[in-house]
Amino acid sequence: MAGTLFFYTLSAVLIASALGVITARNPVHAVLFLVLSFVTSSVLWLLLEAEFLAVVLVLVYVGAVMVLFLFVVMMLDVNVAQLREGFTRYAWLGAVVAAVLAAELLAIVWWKPDGLPMAATTTPRPADYSNTEMLGTALYTEHLFAFELAAFLLLLAIVAAIVLTMRRRPGLKAQDVSRQVAVRREDRVRLVQMKAEHDT
Amino acid sequence: MESTYLAIVLSPLAAALIAGLFGRRIGRAGAHSVTILGVAVSCALSAAVLWRQVVDGAPADNVSVYTWLVTDGVRMEIGFLVDRLSALMMVVVTFVSLMVHVYSIGYMHDDAGYQRFFSYISLFTFSMLMLVMSNNLLQLFFGWEAVGVVSYLLIGFWYTRPSAIFANLKAFLVNRIGDFGFLLGIAALLYLTGSLDYREVFAAAPGLQDATIDVGSWQWPALSMACILLFIGAMGKSAQVPLHVWLPDSMEGPTPISALIHAATMVTAGVFMVARMSPVFEYAEAALSFVLVIGAITALFTGLIALVQFDIKRVVAYSTLSQLGYMMVAQGASAYAAGMFHLTTHAFFKALLFLAAGSVIIALHHEQDMRRMGGLRKYMPVTYWTSLVGCLALIGFPGFAGFFSKDALIEAEDLSRIAGAGFAEFCIVAGVFITALYTFRMFFLVFHGPERMDAEARSHLHESPWVVTLPLVLLAIPSVIVGWFATGPLVFGDFFGDSLYVRPEHDVLARLGEEWHGPMSFLVHGFQSPVLYLALGGAAVAWFLYLRQPHLPDQLRDRFGAVYRLLENKYYADWLAERVIPAAGRAMGGAFWRVGDVTLIDGGLVNGSARVVGWGAALIRRLQTGYLYHYAFAMVIGLALLAGWLLIRPGGS
Amino acid sequence: MITLGHYLTLSALLFVIAIAGIFLNRKNVILLLMCVELLLLAVNFNFIAFSRYLDDPTGQVFVFFILTVAAAEAAIGLAILVVLFRARRSINVQELDVLKG
Repeated sequence: MAGTLFFYTLSAVLIASALGVITARNPVHAVLFLVLSFVTSSVLWLLLEAEFLAVVLVLVYVGAVMVLFLFVVMMLDVNVAQLREGFTRYAWLGAVVAAVLAAELLAIVWWKPDGLPMAATTTPRPADYSNTEMLGTALYTEHLFAFELAAFLLLLAIVAAIVLTMRRRPGLKAQDVSRQVAVRREDRVRLVQMKAEHDT
Repeated sequence: MESTYLAIVLSPLAAALIAGLFGRRIGRAGAHSVTILGVAVSCALSAAVLWRQVVDGAPADNVSVYTWLVTDGVRMEIGFLVDRLSALMMVVVTFVSLMVHVYSIGYMHDDAGYQRFFSYISLFTFSMLMLVMSNNLLQLFFGWEAVGVVSYLLIGFWYTRPSAIFANLKAFLVNRIGDFGFLLGIAALLYLTGSLDYREVFAAAPGLQDATIDVGSWQWPALSMACILLFIGAMGKSAQVPLHVWLPDSMEGPTPISALIHAATMVTAGVFMVARMSPVFEYAEAALSFVLVIGAITALFTGLIALVQFDIKRVVAYSTLSQLGYMMVAQGASAYAAGMFHLTTHAFFKALLFLAAGSVIIALHHEQDMRRMGGLRKYMPVTYWTSLVGCLALIGFPGFAGFFSKDALIEAEDLSRIAGAGFAEFCIVAGVFITALYTFRMFFLVFHGPERMDAEARSHLHESPWVVTLPLVLLAIPSVIVGWFATGPLVFGDFFGDSLYVRPEHDVLARLGEEWHGPMSFLVHGFQSPVLYLALGGAAVAWFLYLRQPHLPDQLRDRFGAVYRLLENKYYADWLAERVIPAAGRAMGGAFWRVGDVTLIDGGLVNGSARVVGWGAALIRRLQTGYLYHYAFAMVIGLALLAGWLLIRPGGS
Repeated sequence: MITLGHYLTLSALLFVIAIAGIFLNRKNVILLLMCVELLLLAVNFNFIAFSRYLDDPTGQVFVFFILTVAAAEAAIGLAILVVLFRARRSINVQELDVLKG
């Protein structure tokens, strides 16, 4: 009973904040709405007994990615006035297509599930069920290779982000090793014939 | 004998090649010497062959020299069939050619293309010999086309003249129309008999007399159809109405070739062909009637045109047309021997008349208009007397060669009973009067009466050199005597033997031959027929109109203006062929071009397809807005559609 | 009772909202990136719901990886955005039409 109430409330909040993301005029507001969405969904995941992931969502996603978003939004000197334009005249078409898509997705769930157990209910878990333990076991045994790859992917992202945005300050005196090595004698030394000046 | 035949055919060819290719090196004398030598050899050997055939009684000789190719059972060969018919033609062709060669030494004396001329006339001799000596339809066609080509070259000999170029193209094209029918006829015979060889076709003919060919929903008698198609070729080559239009224009060529080609040899190829094909024609009565009627129309109507011509060569040209019509009438009446005999005599006296006209022309420095001639009798006696012989032969004056051949022809036709015979009879009898009229009109205007040439020309008037007059004499002799000794054996006797075939029910000459008692009695018999009196009457009328009362012709012309104009415009056949039909063709072509080519193909298919592609591309280009969210939107729409289809489609998920 | 279907409905709605956000957005590119995050969130919901109701840990493992990749992608996406802003001095989506055909 309480679970049902919680679910509906949280769902409402989630939907509302998602709508807020896309309709917000100020991008900072949009980011904040997104943060709310993530937090709400984290609680929903708690309801689904995915504790580890719920916490990870808050820590990593909200804590890092959303903060990053906020940094960028505030760093870019965006012309806020221009952004107050609002929806254009084709909004209705977009809304229609979205509605159609929603109807189809819902139709799959409620109308023609075709074998998917939509009416399933949760089976109660034993008391000593540890979500973290289960997740860890699965990760480090079956999906170890994927885990390693994910780590590598993160490294890749770090390097890529730095490479993309790095600016070189002009006037910076740094060594270019490849040019050092490619030097030729003619570029550095020039033999000149000169009369001897004094015999010392 | 094969080497003899090859020598006959190849020596003019060799001479033509030498004179043509090395003309500049061997000079004028060399050119005419080598070609005269070539043709003389050919003539002598042809005479020998004829002697062997006639006097020694040798059988017909059918040799195959070279097999060109064999396809699907059809043999295409080069071969010679030398029998009485072809031997006679060989002698006629080579003799007249030799005369023309000698004559041309004088006539073409001042011409720049001297060697080229001799090369061409030797080449012509070769082509004509291939035609008459052939033993199969394909070689006949080769010779047929070859003489057409050489005729084209010779008519347009003075190629810088636009009228000459017009004339030679006209001749070639009209011939081509005939050749189209000819080729269809050959194809028909090939289809019906499976062979091109004369012997095999002739053997198959009796069995095919009731055969029919399906044309659409009708059934046409097969042999008649094939023979009519072959005759269409003869109509082109022998200038029968309506394909006669090229012959008068062919007078643009030098006079010697008018004599050689358009009097004695090429134009007679059609007559020869019908005679050669007699075993087939005899089984195609519809074709025989067709030949008869066309020949009769030609005989009368072209003669009428000759009455209003002032160019001396044109008169002789139309006279040739008319006489060709007579020959065809004989062929149509199944009197092949009479037709061939008339061909032979006509070759002599018509060549004579052409060469005499040429003699007059060069004496007057290439003046051809009869209104500027007159009274030449005392200046050019040899030409005068030989011309008189020719004219008398032409009108069929008793005793001359033309009398025997023409009267035999007319009497034979009288006995014919096939369809159209009555009409033909009227035409050829009326034609006798007309022939005499225009012949002596020409004679009197040129040689008698007041002298209408200018003083300048008169002072230079003299008889032509011996190279010109000798052939005239040599041609005049047969024009007189040939009738006396040749009529019996040729027409009524067994001269042609198996080379001509006549079915008994058509055999008019056999019936006529029952009354033949020798040339003298034929001569006497001639006095009893109205034909002679018509001829004499025609000559008398000519004398009256042109010597006695010279103002009368002009008055007649004013009175009968419409008729005069009709004749002057050659029944508007030329107008039809030059103005109407080409204009219609061009209009149709233009319409096809505008609608079919420009609109449909260029506009619709070529440009249209490009336009459609461009239009489509312009339409699709709008999807490439450059905005990412548009692309995302497109993806989402696709996703929605896909999901919808997955949901809604019948059957399992 | 809250069934699997409810959670799936929720995630479907989130997904559609995020998609609508992508193509209705003409204003700025950051919003685009945020909508992508929402999409990923919706998908995560799906996976976790299935994992819970069908008693299969694989769903949660997958969510783990999705979170990793999403973080990496967000970082790089924002880096690109920063460079874009330096070049164009604007983040208005409507001005990014160099690919126009």
